[in-house]
Amino acid sequence: MPDVSSNLSQAVPLEAEQPAFEPRVVAFFCTWCTYMAADLAGTSRMKYAPNVRVIRVMCSGRIDPQFVLAAFANGADGVLIGGCHPGDCHYQEGNYNCLRRVRLLKRVIEELGIEEDRFRLEWISAAEGDRVRVVINDMVEKLRALGPLQMKKEVPLRPLSPEEHELQEVAV
Amino acid sequence: MTREKPKIAFYWCASCGGCEEAVVDLAEEILDVVATADIVFWPVALDFKRRDVEQMLDGSILATFLNGAIRTSEQEEMAKLLRRKSKLLVAFGSCSHLGGIPGLANLFTRESILQAVYFETPTTENPDCVLPGVPGKDGNGKLTLPYFSERVRALDQVVEVDYYLPGCPPLPRIITRAVATLLGEHLPEKGSVLAPDEALCTECPRKDSKPEKIALKSFKRPQEILIDETQCLLAQGLLCMGPATRAGCEAPCVLGNMPCTGCCGPPGRVRDQGAKALSAIASLVDSQDEQEIDAVLASIPDPVGTFYRYSLPASLLAHSRKV
Amino acid sequence: MAESKDIDRNGIQIGVYVCHCGTNIAGTVDVKALTEYVATLPGVTMARNYKYVCSTPGQELIKRDIHELGLNRIVVAACSPCLHEKTFRSVVAEAGLNPYYFQMVNIREHDSWVHTDKRAATEKGKDLIRAAVRRVRLHKPLERKRVSINPAVLIVGGGIAGIHAALTMANAGKHVYLVERDATIGGHMAMFDKTFPTLDCAACILTPKMTAVKSHHNITLWTLSEVTQVDGYVGNYQVTIKHKPRYVIEDACVGCMECIDACVYKQAKVPDEFNMYLGKRKPIYIPFPQAVPQVVVIDRESCIEFKSGKCKKTCVEVCADRKAIDFKQQETTETIEVGTIILATGFFTVDAKRVPYYGYGIYPNVYTGLEVERLINAAGPTNGEVILRDGRKPQRVAIVHCVGSRDENTNRYCSRVCCMYSLKLAHLIKEKTEAEVFNFYIDMRTPGKGFEEFYNRVADEGTHFVRGRVADIYPNPGDGGRLLVCAEDTLMSTVRKIPVDMVVLSTGLEPQPDAQDVRRRFHITCSTEGFFLERHPKLAPVNTFTDGVFLAGCCQGPKDIPDTVAQAGAAAAEALALIDIGYIEQEPNTAHVLEEVCSGCKTCIPLCPYQAISFVENKKKAEINEVLCKGCGTCVASCPSGSVQQNLFEDEEIFAEIEGLLAYA
Repeated sequence: MPDVSSNLSQAVPLEAEQPAFEPRVVAFFCTWCTYMAADLAGTSRMKYAPNVRVIRVMCSGRIDPQFVLAAFANGADGVLIGGCHPGDCHYQEGNYNCLRRVRLLKRVIEELGIEEDRFRLEWISAAEGDRVRVVINDMVEKLRALGPLQMKKEVPLRPLSPEEHELQEVAV
Repeated sequence: MTREKPKIAFYWCASCGGCEEAVVDLAEEILDVVATADIVFWPVALDFKRRDVEQMLDGSILATFLNGAIRTSEQEEMAKLLRRKSKLLVAFGSCSHLGGIPGLANLFTRESILQAVYFETPTTENPDCVLPGVPGKDGNGKLTLPYFSERVRALDQVVEVDYYLPGCPPLPRIITRAVATLLGEHLPEKGSVLAPDEALCTECPRKDSKPEKIALKSFKRPQEILIDETQCLLAQGLLCMGPATRAGCEAPCVLGNMPCTGCCGPPGRVRDQGAKALSAIASLVDSQDEQEIDAVLASIPDPVGTFYRYSLPASLLAHSRKV
Repeated sequence: MAESKDIDRNGIQIGVYVCHCGTNIAGTVDVKALTEYVATLPGVTMARNYKYVCSTPGQELIKRDIHELGLNRIVVAACSPCLHEKTFRSVVAEAGLNPYYFQMVNIREHDSWVHTDKRAATEKGKDLIRAAVRRVRLHKPLERKRVSINPAVLIVGGGIAGIHAALTMANAGKHVYLVERDATIGGHMAMFDKTFPTLDCAACILTPKMTAVKSHHNITLWTLSEVTQVDGYVGNYQVTIKHKPRYVIEDACVGCMECIDACVYKQAKVPDEFNMYLGKRKPIYIPFPQAVPQVVVIDRESCIEFKSGKCKKTCVEVCADRKAIDFKQQETTETIEVGTIILATGFFTVDAKRVPYYGYGIYPNVYTGLEVERLINAAGPTNGEVILRDGRKPQRVAIVHCVGSRDENTNRYCSRVCCMYSLKLAHLIKEKTEAEVFNFYIDMRTPGKGFEEFYNRVADEGTHFVRGRVADIYPNPGDGGRLLVCAEDTLMSTVRKIPVDMVVLSTGLEPQPDAQDVRRRFHITCSTEGFFLERHPKLAPVNTFTDGVFLAGCCQGPKDIPDTVAQAGAAAAEALALIDIGYIEQEPNTAHVLEEVCSGCKTCIPLCPYQAISFVENKKKAEINEVLCKGCGTCVASCPSGSVQQNLFEDEEIFAEIEGLLAYA
């Protein structure tokens, strides 16, 4: 049984300030539309929340559901996918494939208890820099309200109690 | 002096017993196994005790075939014990490979499971709401039960695993091939799954009937249609996991006119079987309109149960967040 | 790969360059702290920060480090890759390292320019660079493929668009195959009498071009021919062409047409397609007098020799010395190789029967615009007289605009040319018959050069204009066969019912009925209306999404002759530009199938809009044509067994990026 007594002297005072929760969002943006829109937001010096990290793919059709799940598993509080508007995909139909996948993935993710607002698909064209700003700010605000996800794969089990440790002595 | 036969062991954790049956199903071939190896621990069939294992030298068991998922503290201890005592630890069957069907319990909290089982099921009579695990007494002293943990885990989430034998249960031909390999000279790369690395379509008897394009306006459950015995099951709208599942079993379920449910887990390049399976299934939906897509997907009543039937604990998101 | 093993023999040596971009980045992101942090990451041999990494000294810095420190992976954290990824890839290549051992991090457009919190912006920079460092370790050496371009070009469709494109390219010295499925080139323009707004005689301006096509040494003209299959890819197309039998040997016929006079049919009995079935022809005929090639054709459906085998064959008799008639002619196929293809397959007119309340096909004196063109044309079925089916000259004519256009029940779009041709017909009908002409219109669309002036002219000539969509046309009771045209005159706010002798329906333009088949054959796409889809409506109106296939004329959308000719020139220019360079370079971010592990599940096959994935029967596996692949990655994500990978966007590379982004979550 680990000795916790030594921790008491370093007990954290009750009023100590906990750093405010800042959600971490991983975004997958398609090169031809949403990534360019985000570039446009930058060139226009629009300002938005610094919580998003963008991964560039060529097309939203490239986005494998495994990527979304890996993002959550590695600690993301939210995942955002950005692609071209339906009908405008640079590669004709990639975004429709993304849409179909996302609709099914959403059901799985929600059944696993992840709130709907944490996984979002947005169609943003290359001219819609402001939309990038609006979507990111909106999503980050919603995630702040939801709190951290805590979905790490290796959730440690509750440590065994002293009685349970004595299982060696089970009578037969 | 004759050379000692290599020692092998079998153990079962959170399982249905089907994997033990699979070993027995080897029938005459079991005698070949017995001839070549010494079974030193097999609770379901032989009268060796845990103490016997504890007294063995570390690494003295050549290979232990462990089936079943890890749910209780006893199973975890036995897994760790057998790991110490074995040169090779083989995860035998879907439950130890990926968590198996019991893994779907990870959609529920430990509390809700215990409550359902001990209080709420229709045939339970438990007016005092007694839960097992509370230390009690019996004739010889204290009695405690293993702890029923928060969630189900696959074997490699508890100890290091050398090889995996996939399947629910692994088919006899997969078992005999694997045992022969492990008793042989050249061991495969550590961490391998002892089955081909392609998806099941490669072995499927209906492969040639599969069209190059399948576009579905709805999915069907097996009881909803008269399943044609010659045509690709996906093409008939059934949720066949074949394309996302490792080959090696030679598709007995398909030969039985039922779609594959994915028990052998994914091929090696895939990190999450359910994710890849749903990606392929989604690409069959014949619509580009969001509402229509949802309507088509509504004909899949239980996505997690379908796509993660055997592999939820091993998936990237191993459990429900509420757990 | 031997090369990568060699280059990595001392382990992964990453060089990271953090750009200040003046104060654009350094003003918000603490570039020094970033550099210090990055230097601690596993695999990073050298981390530097510099004012302008894209500048010449900045580039030299990278090159020097590659040589002196043996760097084998480079990361630049600066502006957007959309701006300078190519620049830095070239720098890396110049230093002798494969240019794809490079990853760019956007800490300007996506970081310093959009955040005010310096601490957060710097933390974000750390995350992004850490992700890139993990990713770039997995990069593989890739090569841009060069595909050479065959200078020959195939032009499909012998209307004005195809003719103009063919002449342009032939004059530029390129060999042109012009394939037309009818017996003559000329298309719809050959059917017109006069063209708006100048009232040029269509035949007069078209026929010299048609003749030029025939006599040009760089043009191989094939009529009665169709493309049946297109294989290959830009620069290297193999096209199979089917030649339908004319039953006349083209090289032997001199166009004297004595066989037509000699035909056993003394009277022409077969409804004549060129005259919109208003006239008649014989089974052996020439489509119109100026047809190119100037060769007769035999219609086997109506020819007695084909129907019974017992004809006197007087046609053969008169052609004894040329022996041009050959009843035994068979369909033949041949395959040609070209580098580029221009589609100029034209349009089809809306079937007026789809608007049944206008009475087409029910009342004999309701005509379509094209039918009236033929009536007006001096070489037409009535020798240029506008005469009704019962022989009378019309005294009052209604011209109905927007038939089958701007209509939810048929086509929603405007067909662009109908207002102008309706005005033209109004003028010509008036000229020929002195009838009273009423044009019923919704809006008057006359945007081109001289168009508005033409409208004014026609109005000045006394044509009546009723602004209102015609609601109904039916016989005027007791009026001797006249039809009542009912429309609300929206300018007068009254319903008008005008009895007329003749109704002309200005039918709109539609894609050809087989447009879907054709577009699949050429591996291109159509818009929702069914016209061939251009790559970009403003910036690339003649390109398609398939490299090497271009569009010209109405097959891309309704347009008039000036715009058609302009577009044909543009398509020819695009094709010539390709041919002139001689090759194209393909980005290597294509997908490939891991053949050993592909299970042949066919999930990927229908997903490729470029049909780059095919199922190889004898191997029972999928295969991707890397030249057709455009690198979207849809197949990669859909593959249920992870057996398709995309260069530069492999699963493992993206997983590494994800894990790197969140490493300290």
